[in-house]
Amino acid sequence: MIEVVAPGPLSLIEDLGRPGHADVGVTRSGALDRRALTLANRLVGNQEAAAAIEVTVGGLFVRFEEPTWFAVTGAWGPMSLSGSDCPSDTAVLARGGSVLSLGPADHGARYYVAVRGGIDVDLVLGSRSTDTLSGLGPAPLAAGDMLPVGRMASVPIPAVDTLTLSAPTDGPVDVAVHLGPRDDWFSEEALVALFDSAWTVGADSNRIGMRLGGPALERSGVGSGELRSEGMVGGSIQVSPSGQPTVLLADHPVTGGYPVIAVVADADLDTFAQLRPGQSVRFRHAPPLP
Amino acid sequence: MNGLRIRPSGDRALLVDLDTLDAVVDLHAVIDATRHPAIVDFVPAARTVLVVIDSTVAPVSNVRTWLEAVAAAPTARRRATAPVTIDVTYDGADLGVTSELLGVSVAQLVERHTAADWSVAFSGFVPGFAYLVSDDWPFEVPRLDAPRTRVPAGAVGLAGEFGGVYPRESPGGWRLIGQTHAVLWATDAQPPALLAPGARVRFRRAS
Repeated sequence: MIEVVAPGPLSLIEDLGRPGHADVGVTRSGALDRRALTLANRLVGNQEAAAAIEVTVGGLFVRFEEPTWFAVTGAWGPMSLSGSDCPSDTAVLARGGSVLSLGPADHGARYYVAVRGGIDVDLVLGSRSTDTLSGLGPAPLAAGDMLPVGRMASVPIPAVDTLTLSAPTDGPVDVAVHLGPRDDWFSEEALVALFDSAWTVGADSNRIGMRLGGPALERSGVGSGELRSEGMVGGSIQVSPSGQPTVLLADHPVTGGYPVIAVVADADLDTFAQLRPGQSVRFRHAPPLP
Repeated sequence: MNGLRIRPSGDRALLVDLDTLDAVVDLHAVIDATRHPAIVDFVPAARTVLVVIDSTVAPVSNVRTWLEAVAAAPTARRRATAPVTIDVTYDGADLGVTSELLGVSVAQLVERHTAADWSVAFSGFVPGFAYLVSDDWPFEVPRLDAPRTRVPAGAVGLAGEFGGVYPRESPGGWRLIGQTHAVLWATDAQPPALLAPGARVRFRRAS
């Protein structure tokens, strides 16, 4: 078992989500930074889809009751294991009783803490993920929670000494997008502005969506009516009537009523998990679909 | 269903535009009945069906070709399933106002609501919230000007051309005409949603 001593502002159990239920209104959810989650799981010999802890910003303190292999990936920041510095992006063996603490991230926004065997909370519709929109899955971690460790390790701890990973970038990021499905609702100027502007990550962003500040994206004549709600995917860039774009993330509603000007390429979606308020985003055209 | 209009929605989903809700229900029935193995999720809505694809199973272009083929095939009939019966106490806070808006008496509104053969066109809003449509339902009901911050679980409502039942306590802008004890969503049940797209529904006045 792992004891949550302090959860920080928001620590959640996440795996790769619960696909297959969108038709009854259940969104996919799951880790925002899937790459960091699967890396953390590989580092401790788990199946990639095992559940881990997604720590927003930092502030998590956990005590390992038994000797436990763990790995922290994603954001970079001060980390310690019972008072000693502790490396990220590698498997570490914690002694029984030791306490892992994650300080406020210096680079990126979300840490992933995987333990060998996976976090073994109950499955809900095939997933252990917390969906912050519908409330499915475990509640956000609270002080005193005891997290069971599972038996989902599939291979020995890989013999990798050091991974040459760089920290999530603090500077402007480039993100590939595919235009549409409702780009015809927007003016020529809006389509130019989408790619020419530096968009600023809003402070009021969460797992449901990330607001971007920048020029208003105005509609064309076609887009003067009201869109009937339609199915949405993660990465959809929805534009409100005032012209403000929001990038939908893992806990987005399955349908939305604002037109989507473009959709982030799936491979670039993880980037949004690590963006910090005020950081700058530029969109570029993804290579055409095959 | 000729001339299917398909737009990519990013690199792992396709959005099919359709002219009518009937066409949505038909396409949904075909997709549900013949499930392409690469389709991981599909979301019917008012005039669209979104198809989410696992491109490690098959490329998006393959699913697109498949969609065009199944949509062109003779319309798959909706499965004739027995309707789910939902017992309703018709005492909703908006019952009187709604009947006035529609120009019928309360008794007539209840009569039409219970006589109609409803089916689930699509779901959304919260898990298990089903948008119900019926050929026997001629009314268009305006939403509330200001949504309620709290609608109880089991509230039976109307908005636009749709009927629905709130699966859990939530905010809501539909006009409420009654209340049911039916459980619309139970996470641990199999399946968790009482009403999935394609299901038939009848409302019955609770005795």
